[in-house]
Amino acid sequence: MKVAVCDYGAGNVLSVLSAFARLDADVCVADAPAAIATADLAVLPGVGSAASAMAVLRERRLDQALRMRVARGGPTLGICLGLQLALDRSDEDGGVEGLGLLPGCAVLLRQGRVPRIGWAPVDPGGEAYYFAHSYAAQTPAASAISEGIVAEARFGSFVGVQFHPEKSGAAGARFLKRCLSPV
Amino acid sequence: MPLPRLIPCLDVAAGRVVKGVRFENLRDAGDPVELGAAYSDAGADELVFLDVKATLDGRPALLELVTRVAERLAIPFTVGGGVRSAADGASLLRAGADKISVNTAALARPTLISELAALLGSQAVVVAIDAAAGEARARAGTEPTGRSAVDWAVEAEERGAGEILLTSMAADGTRAGYDLELTASVAAAVSVPVIASGGAGGARHVAAALEVAQAALLASILHERPDRLTSLRQELHGLGVPLRDAA
Repeated sequence: MKVAVCDYGAGNVLSVLSAFARLDADVCVADAPAAIATADLAVLPGVGSAASAMAVLRERRLDQALRMRVARGGPTLGICLGLQLALDRSDEDGGVEGLGLLPGCAVLLRQGRVPRIGWAPVDPGGEAYYFAHSYAAQTPAASAISEGIVAEARFGSFVGVQFHPEKSGAAGARFLKRCLSPV
Repeated sequence: MPLPRLIPCLDVAAGRVVKGVRFENLRDAGDPVELGAAYSDAGADELVFLDVKATLDGRPALLELVTRVAERLAIPFTVGGGVRSAADGASLLRAGADKISVNTAALARPTLISELAALLGSQAVVVAIDAAAGEARARAGTEPTGRSAVDWAVEAEERGAGEILLTSMAADGTRAGYDLELTASVAAAVSVPVIASGGAGGARHVAAALEVAQAALLASILHERPDRLTSLRQELHGLGVPLRDAA
């Protein structure tokens, strides 16, 4: 089982690599398009700002590789900012064009304390996962919700989660294992 | 709102857990990764690693420690101590930390907060405030700044802090309860999450702090004993505090 984790220079790659390694996946860092094309599962992790992340994805031509991969049905997982980048557009940094893997846009959270940081239950299922975000997806493809916020969205072969499964203890490990199982 | 969080704090120096009184007479208390893993198993929602020396020669040990923690643990962790530039913060995040905490360096040069937030995102920037009689103190609480803790928290938020870690110097180590008044004042003045710190002696103290803050830092109450975290969680559950099911 080959897992390729996109590296766009924004940290957090190590935690994602470690989480998959603990599940005995054959995981590698992808900073070039070829690795994304050939993996069984491609992962777009996320920490940092939308504008700088998109700039690096374009510069490394990972944006096109991800679009081609999803277009031909290759399983792809976006985490946190990785979910937001997959949308058509994000309001962050004055407006950023996204990858368009998923319909919708990312908008600033306006309720509660922002950033929204901490563990919160996700429905269906009711398991708590760790969130740390200031923007959230608005998408017709939402497949799970946490406190009224899109926690997961699915569109074709793309799955995006707003929470950090790699930081969500046993519940997160179970989620990542499910991502590996249909491959 | 997300569930209230319990955050054990580990003092580290040169890559080891240390125990001491007011940062003096430090003695070795084990491997931070092993203790962190034991806390994680006991239901910690996050961890804080505070480098109490944070000297230049300690930095490689700190980065190596951060990587070992990130490889082993599947819960978020913050690293504090000695971050003086956005590049320092970036290297800690690259090594595997989820958040960095700044205190004295941000008081000396507040634009550090904005620089860190721009590079790492606000969700990765914790501003720690040591407060005495309502005043923010620098250098582990030893230096007055003339600034009110509430005003400093508001400025830190404006500059991009994603969380405020508020320690009451008077309550710290007393185990007589958190400074709820100070914590409530800061929590009311900012819209980012607030982590209460200093003074936890028992479950009722922690439950009271979690009424006004979004998280509670646990230091001397745990005494480097993960089983105390297990029993504390059970007691908090009994008091009706909605902690996550960590299984």
